[in-house]
Amino acid sequence: MMIAPSEVKKIARLARLAIDEAEVARYAQDLSSILDLVERMNQADTQGVEPMAHPLDMAQRLRPDVVTEINQRELFQLNAPAVEDGLFLVPKVIE
Amino acid sequence: MSLHQQSIAELRGMLDRKEVSSVELAQHFLARIKTHDPVLNSFISVTEDEALNAALAADHRIAAGHAGPLTGIPLAHKDIFCTLGVKTSCGSRMLDNFVAPYNATVVERLNQAGTVMLGKLNMDEFAMGSTSESSFYGPTKNPWDLSAVPGGSSGGSAAALAAGLTPLATGTDTGGSIRQPAAYCGVTGLKPTYGRVSRYGMIAYASSLDQGGPMARSAEDCAWLLNAMVGFDALDSTCSEQPVEDYTAKLDNDLSGLKIGLPREYFGEGLDVGVARVIDEAVAEFRRLGAEVREVSLPNSELAIPAYYVIAPAEASSNLSRYDGVRFGHRCEAPKDLVDLYERSRAEGFGSEVKRRIMIGTYVLSSGYYDAYYLKAQRIRRLIADDFRRVLSEVDVLMGPVAPHVAPDLGTSLKDPVTMYLSDIYTVPVNLAGLPAMSIPAGFAHGRPVGLQIIGRAFDEARLLNIAHRFQQVTNWHRQFPAAFA
Amino acid sequence: MQWETVIGLEIHAQLATKSKIFSGASTAFGAEPNTQACAVDLGLPGVLPVLNAEAVRCAVMFGLAIGADVNRRSIFARKNYFYPDLPKGYQISQYEQPIVMRGQMEIELEDGSSKVVGITRAHLEEDAGKLLHEDFHGMSGIDLNRAGIPLLEIVSEPDMRSAKEAVAYAKAIHSLVRYLGICDGNMQEGSFRVDANVSVRPKGQREFGSRTEIKNVNSFRFLERAINFEIERQIDVIEGGGSVVQETRLYDPDRDETRSMRGKEEAHDYRYFPDPDLLPVILDEGFIESVRASLPELPTEKKRRFITHYGLPAYDAAFLTADRALADYFEEALKVAGCEPKLVANWVMGDVSAALNKAGLEIGACPVTAAMLGGLLKRIADHTLSGKLAKEVFEAMWAGEGDADVIIEHKGLKQITDESVIEALVDGVLAQFPAQVEEFRSGKDKVFGFLVGQAMKAAKGKANPAQLNAVLKKRLED
Repeated sequence: MMIAPSEVKKIARLARLAIDEAEVARYAQDLSSILDLVERMNQADTQGVEPMAHPLDMAQRLRPDVVTEINQRELFQLNAPAVEDGLFLVPKVIE
Repeated sequence: MSLHQQSIAELRGMLDRKEVSSVELAQHFLARIKTHDPVLNSFISVTEDEALNAALAADHRIAAGHAGPLTGIPLAHKDIFCTLGVKTSCGSRMLDNFVAPYNATVVERLNQAGTVMLGKLNMDEFAMGSTSESSFYGPTKNPWDLSAVPGGSSGGSAAALAAGLTPLATGTDTGGSIRQPAAYCGVTGLKPTYGRVSRYGMIAYASSLDQGGPMARSAEDCAWLLNAMVGFDALDSTCSEQPVEDYTAKLDNDLSGLKIGLPREYFGEGLDVGVARVIDEAVAEFRRLGAEVREVSLPNSELAIPAYYVIAPAEASSNLSRYDGVRFGHRCEAPKDLVDLYERSRAEGFGSEVKRRIMIGTYVLSSGYYDAYYLKAQRIRRLIADDFRRVLSEVDVLMGPVAPHVAPDLGTSLKDPVTMYLSDIYTVPVNLAGLPAMSIPAGFAHGRPVGLQIIGRAFDEARLLNIAHRFQQVTNWHRQFPAAFA
Repeated sequence: MQWETVIGLEIHAQLATKSKIFSGASTAFGAEPNTQACAVDLGLPGVLPVLNAEAVRCAVMFGLAIGADVNRRSIFARKNYFYPDLPKGYQISQYEQPIVMRGQMEIELEDGSSKVVGITRAHLEEDAGKLLHEDFHGMSGIDLNRAGIPLLEIVSEPDMRSAKEAVAYAKAIHSLVRYLGICDGNMQEGSFRVDANVSVRPKGQREFGSRTEIKNVNSFRFLERAINFEIERQIDVIEGGGSVVQETRLYDPDRDETRSMRGKEEAHDYRYFPDPDLLPVILDEGFIESVRASLPELPTEKKRRFITHYGLPAYDAAFLTADRALADYFEEALKVAGCEPKLVANWVMGDVSAALNKAGLEIGACPVTAAMLGGLLKRIADHTLSGKLAKEVFEAMWAGEGDADVIIEHKGLKQITDESVIEALVDGVLAQFPAQVEEFRSGKDKVFGFLVGQAMKAAKGKANPAQLNAVLKKRLED
């Protein structure tokens, strides 16, 4: 299976990864060979097999509705590239 | 014997008898790191000040008679575990500037136990890789042969243990990332049952497969470390409430009557002859210890790699969306708009193997492909889990090689990702099924270490450690030390 | 051409929990930016979600109240997209296997008829943060306090055929979630948000037309206006030879129009898949039955009871039961007053509601408590007070001067019901206005009113009007 360059660009856009023209061909080739590997799955007859999302057969545990967290904004924002007045900043968003 | 070749039990005794202080112990390993790590590159960060402070506190605790089994024992964490106030990079440029504001549950438990963190260990970027070459901080080298890779993704952990730079290390295993580097570096590693060790604060690669575990120079040391890592954690919804055991309690149990299964599929085409010979000899040793050995079959094994390379990248593509240059992590210079901020920060912050997996994961989840790839892979996952369930109702454990060959040379793997992916053939099925498995040193081939894999039933870690320990009582492979680092 | 409108609503109700759906951070409104955004809400590396039990209970309660199927097994999924208000790059929501499916809601139309609107599903999800567009040197700010607040998204069938029906449905859901106590319903604070999917088609056509989704509607009034604008716009587009583009449109209340959302126009591919950090939510029968047992009387049942048991007109019953607190207020006042239910209804719908509106208060904050109103109405029922004086007492109670009896005593407002006192008053008036008495007797009935007025004036307004009338009539006819 060969992935077209246009498809590579579409996926990169969905994944928000900038790729330049030179990389497109390499990605097309890498992804194609990985998909060839992946398509070996088609050898298996999986009709009627229940998909397995988790190794454990457990149910979701529920947390009591209690506030346990304190304000740690200053600590958390030490890692932030741009903050002002306690807000994280990003380039202007137009809606 | 020098301090870095002692077992944890021996170090515990020396600390308790005041033959050595925790500070001296920390200094010993810090000095070795200083001497040897410039060559190995197994550490991303060395936390000397924190280590000496923790060691001092441990010495007080020991003096006061409040020492626990690991109080004052040095260790190092794979740089995938969040450590409060210490850089937690996950081997990525993306998190090169990230100082974790909290401790992972595993780190917190080990801190409470009084361990002394020496630093943070090198790894494949975001745990994606089988060689530790995808790290932003450069490749780690194999102490047994500096031209070989240490394996991955927990390559820093395995290399540091093999070279005696730390007596204990944490690792994580998504498709073999504890077992395979342990095998390549001749150390002992245990991937516990999925849900046995909390994933909270362990940076996610593929959430339904990731599991943290202990790495050490012996099964006994792994048991000591596992005791302090396990247990229910309310912060992780996928953490099991199954009661924990004292994993050191059954180490000496007799192995007579133990039923060992050898999966036919793990000894077929593609297995290096030298590796096969080592595994055969190890199995013979177990026969001498009284075990019964028989061949079994896991017919869907060859589907594991294809299914894994759908499930893991799919989960990863989503798990890694949070690295967007907004709240933490790398942000590109002067973004011209929001999309530019996202696209360039991510393109610059992630290395090529990570990007490759994000791309594949995005593709298999995208509209129109979900059923053909993701659902199909989940169905295969069930077939594989059912295979294991069936054979593990007939035998107690499975044994086989960890990898089809010994550690490859540096610089040979990343060029051809698919070939690299295929080398995880014996480890990946275990993650898909969520079972516990170990790698223990079993000998050498082509001058490089070979690991024996032992796979058990869910939550049967104590038995795996028992089996490994009995083997290590009658063999010497785990006591071998690379000459350059003695 | 005759056009038919097709409307379906997606309602996001913020569940009234103390902590967030997947973390222990507070949900309190109005905190400083990012002070209620914990490690989990920020999507820091390594964090994991754990589901809030109360959010599950709220969703189950809603499902039971709309007669829906409550799924014994439901799944959380990730909806993947990049946006600065979405910290993890995905929203945890439910996609296949939501917690609630196939319910319905009965709504009352203006002509008194009723209609059943289907509810396709209701699922749990986390809210996103908030983007602040004030200019920070050409940047936008992000506040993640709201990220992770539990929402119940309630998706209706495209069963509504006019803006009025859509509003009636939205109000019915609004009333229900407040009855259940699972949402405070505050539209200004964003606790109850309504998105409308609107399309038009030639009357008689079976297929749906192309639809648009209207967002950013924060009141029922705007909902009606936004839908009506959109209907007109779509008809204009089609009649002008164009076709409706499927898109999201924002309602702008200042200009009373909807406009296309730029910026977010990119084709979405959400790549839903089950969240591997969360396990299936399994509900057992015991839990569901315990929630069922805790269900309060629902608006429709209560309304029916107000009509049959209290003999109230349908309009009054609907008005009083639209809000659970108002209905409780009515019933408590009635209990204290022990009078005709209609008298209580008139006061609650009249003076009480008017005063609340004027003061901008909710019934819960009414300075005249239900017990106080009941005390006042008791004095009307036993003829201590006239209707007119009662209004004066009500105003005094509102102003905080105490209970009705205290005010009546203090202001000497007690109605004069002593027959002999009234007779003396009337006699005085008759003596004062002999000419008018003559006029009446010669047949000019209109003068009667004048004489009543004079007598009431002499009584300083406190005479029982019925008694006064009777005595005056009797005296004039003597």
